[in-house]
Amino acid sequence: MLYREAGEFKTSYQADLATFPIRIELWGFWSVMAVAVLVVPFFVNDYWEQAIFLPFFVYGLAALGLNILTGYCGQLSLGTGGFMAVGAYATYKLMTSFPGLDMISITLLSGLITAGVGVFFGLPSLRIKGFYLAVATLAAQFFLIWMFNKWGWFYNYSASGQISAPERTMFGLAITGPYTHPAVTYLFCFGFLFVFAWVARNLVRGRVGRSWMAIRDMDIAAEIIGVNPLMSKLSAFAVSSFYIGMSGALYFAVWKGAAEGTEAFSITVSFNVLFMIIIGGLGSIFGSLIGAAFIVLLPVVFKNVFVGALGWPTDIATHAQIILLGGLIIGFLIAEPHGIAALWRTAKEKLRLWPFPH
Amino acid sequence: MGFLTDAFFYEVLIAGLLAGVMYSLVALGFVLIFKSSGTFNFAQGVLALFAALTLVGFMAGQLPFAHVINWLLGTEWRYWYAPPGVEGEVPPLWFVLLCIAMTTAVMIALAWVVVRVVLRPLVNQEGIILFMATIGLAFVLEGVGDLMWGANVKRLDIGLPSGPSDMIIDATGMFVEKIEISAAVVAIILVASLTLFSQYTKMGRALRAVADDHQAALSVGISLETIWWIVWSVAGIVALVAGIMWGAKSGVQFSLSLIALKALPVLILGGFTSIPGAIVGGLIIGAGEKLFDFYIGVPFLGGATENWFAYVLALGFLVFRPQGLFGEKIIERV
Repeated sequence: MLYREAGEFKTSYQADLATFPIRIELWGFWSVMAVAVLVVPFFVNDYWEQAIFLPFFVYGLAALGLNILTGYCGQLSLGTGGFMAVGAYATYKLMTSFPGLDMISITLLSGLITAGVGVFFGLPSLRIKGFYLAVATLAAQFFLIWMFNKWGWFYNYSASGQISAPERTMFGLAITGPYTHPAVTYLFCFGFLFVFAWVARNLVRGRVGRSWMAIRDMDIAAEIIGVNPLMSKLSAFAVSSFYIGMSGALYFAVWKGAAEGTEAFSITVSFNVLFMIIIGGLGSIFGSLIGAAFIVLLPVVFKNVFVGALGWPTDIATHAQIILLGGLIIGFLIAEPHGIAALWRTAKEKLRLWPFPH
Repeated sequence: MGFLTDAFFYEVLIAGLLAGVMYSLVALGFVLIFKSSGTFNFAQGVLALFAALTLVGFMAGQLPFAHVINWLLGTEWRYWYAPPGVEGEVPPLWFVLLCIAMTTAVMIALAWVVVRVVLRPLVNQEGIILFMATIGLAFVLEGVGDLMWGANVKRLDIGLPSGPSDMIIDATGMFVEKIEISAAVVAIILVASLTLFSQYTKMGRALRAVADDHQAALSVGISLETIWWIVWSVAGIVALVAGIMWGAKSGVQFSLSLIALKALPVLILGGFTSIPGAIVGGLIIGAGEKLFDFYIGVPFLGGATENWFAYVLALGFLVFRPQGLFGEKIIERV
């Protein structure tokens, strides 16, 4: 009964095209944001920060990036893990080479470096598409991880081959290193996700976003009506890698504090992020975030409910979780190829008319 | 070209070619399914793992889902029959063949389930959706396989010759594993029979018709579902062969499913629709990565280039010939 547009009259195109066209939705959004900024930081503890919030923010950024490339521009990528590694190692090199730089600039710069690498590995997309491109991105994944492992310069020749984030502060508050307060890292990552989700949302409904979608729907037709495939594809690769690079930077510097290339950024990460956007919804900003939340929460819930509360053996729970994940992906593709975001949209449509059928 | 007279060159080359045969075995399954249903089957590697696990399970007389059953019922069941033969030795041939037959039956049943549950509801979806569905399938199969037979590394010994071949060592001084030679022989037999099957049998013709055009094939009375079932069964059997070969070489373990990823560049080189292409692609990739690692990777780049060389080679190749060596030319219309 609450979700109605009755009594709201739009007098401009701008109002008509708003992200949240119905007032109650807008209020709902801002109240969630207000809770996230004003309430949660006072209650967040280490467990919630490390197990739920930071993973969600980090993977949310990565999922946004991959969704821009795969969901909006139609270029399937399996190289997410590799690009996250670029972001992480770029952050490490920047942090150790320029100790004076603040973390926001470092994260943005790492994103830019990753964007450059992404454009380079996106070049083949001008010639090849579909599965072929997926294999090309696998080349990026395996080559980058190998490079970060073998070439000592990237990890400053440390004996363990690991990289670990030195301590950095902003406004007197530690953001990286061992002495961070959960609320600080929470707000830092939340800020990144909020700002860049907003940027992404506005990118995809602008000129660039529409050219991406034209390429996705049919690249040859798009080319004929005047969309430049070179610019569209490469800009999608650049923006996508920028997001993924920032996500890798936050993953390494803020969330984990240390990383080892083969473990942290393996092909499994690429698949996980891909699952996020499949389950959440290809071609949807909200879907990327909800998918990330879903994949982040699934193991936590599984662990707490099945192992913790019901007393399942850990190994059975792990296998059951894999089966469930695979089954969910198949189920979603069959029932709703556009993921939770589409379900949400349908639910809202139904809610507008409820309790009447038409 | 001093290295051409180098004995190492030939040894590395042959080792690479034989490793390539192993990749080809996995790639073959991909090609079969891609040709007939346009589905890029990511689960092929896991299928091989699942087949090998099932075979090992049957050969040991392991009780499926023993772990779950014991946990639920509080029992200590492990085996439901004792395998014949002396423990620790190769079991008798009839038993091995029986187990292979049973595993084949399981793979055929599995193919039916996959077609029913996954493929049928996804008819007419885009290729990329089907591809992602097979990623989901790979996860399900991996989980089910582990739950059914346990996740530990298993030895698979069905009496294939193993160890280095003395004959070749005596004749040329090169070190070649017997199991890899067997794999090459098996691959040749497999390709020959698959080619004969698809060229000269009625069923094969139906398969090719479906591959050509789903709707046209449907309209002349070919049942898509039956065809898919057959194709997935054949792919399952090819996966079993690949699983046996890989399992005999390096044990049955999760990393088996990762060779599926290595089969991707093989497919790219050979073309997604060509059976001989899968073989040639596998040989090129296998030999290429071994030689590259030996001559450039280890001396100059710090080694372990096998991780990525295949993909980079495929990538370089794609830029010049997007349809692969033997693939059909891609023609696009609006």
